[in-house]
Amino acid sequence: MLLIACPYCGNRPETEFRCGGQAHIARPSDPGSLSDEQWAEHLFVRSNPRGVHAERWNHVHGCGRWFNARRDTVSDRFLETYKMGETPQSQKSTSTDSTSTQAEARA
Amino acid sequence: MRRFSLSSLLSESLKGHRGWGRQWRDPQPKPAYDVVIVGGGGHGLATAYYLATVHGITNVAVIEKGWIGGGNTGRNTTIIRSNYLYDESAALYEHALKLWEGLSQELNYNVMFSQRGVLMLAHNLHDVQSFKRHVYANRLNGIDNEWLTKEECKEFCPPIDISGSLRYPVLGGALQRRAGTARHDAVAWGYARGADARGVDIIQNCEVKGIRRDASGAAIGVETTRGYIGAKRIGVVAAGHTSTVMAMADVQMPLESYPLQALVSEPVKPVFPCVVMSNAVHAYISQSDKGELVIGAGTDQYTSYSQQGGLHITTHTLDAICEVFPQFTRMRMLRSWGGIVDVTPDRSPIIGKTPVENLFVNCGWGTGGFKATPGSGHVFAHTLATGSPHAINAPFTLDRFRTGRLIDEAAAAAVAH
Ligand SMILES: Cc1cc2nc3c(=O)[nH]c(=O)nc-3n(C[C@H](O)[C@H](O)[C@H](O)COP(=O)(O)OP(=O)(O)OC[C@H]3O[C@@H](n4cnc5c(N)ncnc54)[C@H](O)[C@@H]3O)c2cc1C
Ligand SMILES: [Zn+2]
Repeated sequence: MLLIACPYCGNRPETEFRCGGQAHIARPSDPGSLSDEQWAEHLFVRSNPRGVHAERWNHVHGCGRWFNARRDTVSDRFLETYKMGETPQSQKSTSTDSTSTQAEARA
Repeated sequence: MRRFSLSSLLSESLKGHRGWGRQWRDPQPKPAYDVVIVGGGGHGLATAYYLATVHGITNVAVIEKGWIGGGNTGRNTTIIRSNYLYDESAALYEHALKLWEGLSQELNYNVMFSQRGVLMLAHNLHDVQSFKRHVYANRLNGIDNEWLTKEECKEFCPPIDISGSLRYPVLGGALQRRAGTARHDAVAWGYARGADARGVDIIQNCEVKGIRRDASGAAIGVETTRGYIGAKRIGVVAAGHTSTVMAMADVQMPLESYPLQALVSEPVKPVFPCVVMSNAVHAYISQSDKGELVIGAGTDQYTSYSQQGGLHITTHTLDAICEVFPQFTRMRMLRSWGGIVDVTPDRSPIIGKTPVENLFVNCGWGTGGFKATPGSGHVFAHTLATGSPHAINAPFTLDRFRTGRLIDEAAAAAVAH
């Protein structure tokens, strides 16, 4: 289970949270002008990186507030959490190199 | 390929079984192939097999970064069924189920396909109504599925507690008798052996690192850890890693990769005759021929490539198992593991063309693609060989997310497998 730092409440166990998927997807400001391709991209296409991922979390069984996080999807380690509207500290989004495959537990 | 038969078995047993030899070669990659398949799981290997047997295309390579069947094929709980709600899905999974029924003979390899029945338990009125709707929809599509009362459930699967004292009591169930399980590794090995015997090169320990494209944008080959390999057509069948492989050709996919876990108990004598699934409490269970109870958990809530999930996910599943089958509360669990599953927004797979010329994809099988392995390979081989989809996979395009013609099994079933 992950330990997640809610920017409002501090470290709490993962079961108190709900993951809201990829962060920073802006709702189109003029929906009527979007093509079908743009709608498909907005609604369905996801970055799904092997490496650093920006995502939304909701502290649903805590303060109830939404916030953003940057997490490495290979190690599952949280790099940082930040409030909605804030800019993350680490902006460089280089994906983890293949050496991190040691984190893969083969079963 | 040396065929398995009674006489070969007898003669080998006299020679101490030392003469069987390799079941498939370990070839060096050639400079180029007609078709290169990225991913040596069941779906990729089945695709290669049907390219060779149905379409006569044998200048084919299957490129696998680890060992064949080491991905989700070798990690799944092997539930096979075809009682999906929508016509498109029913056709696809039933196509696969029909191929399963003759697969051991076809491959001359025992995939241990066992039609022991898959029973889905209903725990509330909503379940009852939706399962009955499934039963009727399936019957209209010629697919066997029947409603059982709770007493009939108990008769079919004695370990179920129907006493009514459960928090989520069993009210009945939907049973597909032709459904069941198969030996996952044998499926990969059987297809590999059959494809290899017809000239397909199975290249293991070879990771695809890039997809090369010409000036027109068409895909012409793959960069691998064992050098460049040219290809007239490329089929990406990389399950949880599809997003990363497709990104090599600048194609963004409507996929998210999640950890999915399973676990097995200590082996015991036969106690469990069929497969039981319960969507409401989220548990599914069967017993392997070795005697282990095979138990599947749910996905974690976040995307990950770690191949391991949270302990609270498996704990939750075991809570559900102990609730429905009180007799298992003292069983010890031996092993647990995770796989990375590629999930689409409508929980249906994508099988077909991509915006890049000569690049095809077969993915999005998510938590439930093992059952489709033969059918998926069969229709994807058709797509790769002819350049256009088989009637069965025609609805499962990537383009459906643009047109809005989704096949929303997520809403229909809201469950894994
Ligand atoms: C725990 C668990 C339980 C499941 N239970 C069921 C079930 O009961 N019933 C059911 O129907 N389905 C089930 N599934 C889903 C099922 O396992 C998958 O849908 C199916 O096996 C996918 O097969 P595949 O051949 O597409 O993928 P895989 O077997 O994962 O094969 C993909 C291969 O691609 C390789 N690859 C990836 N990237 C590269 C690269 N860059 N270069 C070269 N090779 C690469 C991987 O190493 C891998 O071997 C389960 C899955 C899991 C994880
Ligand atoms: Zn909080």
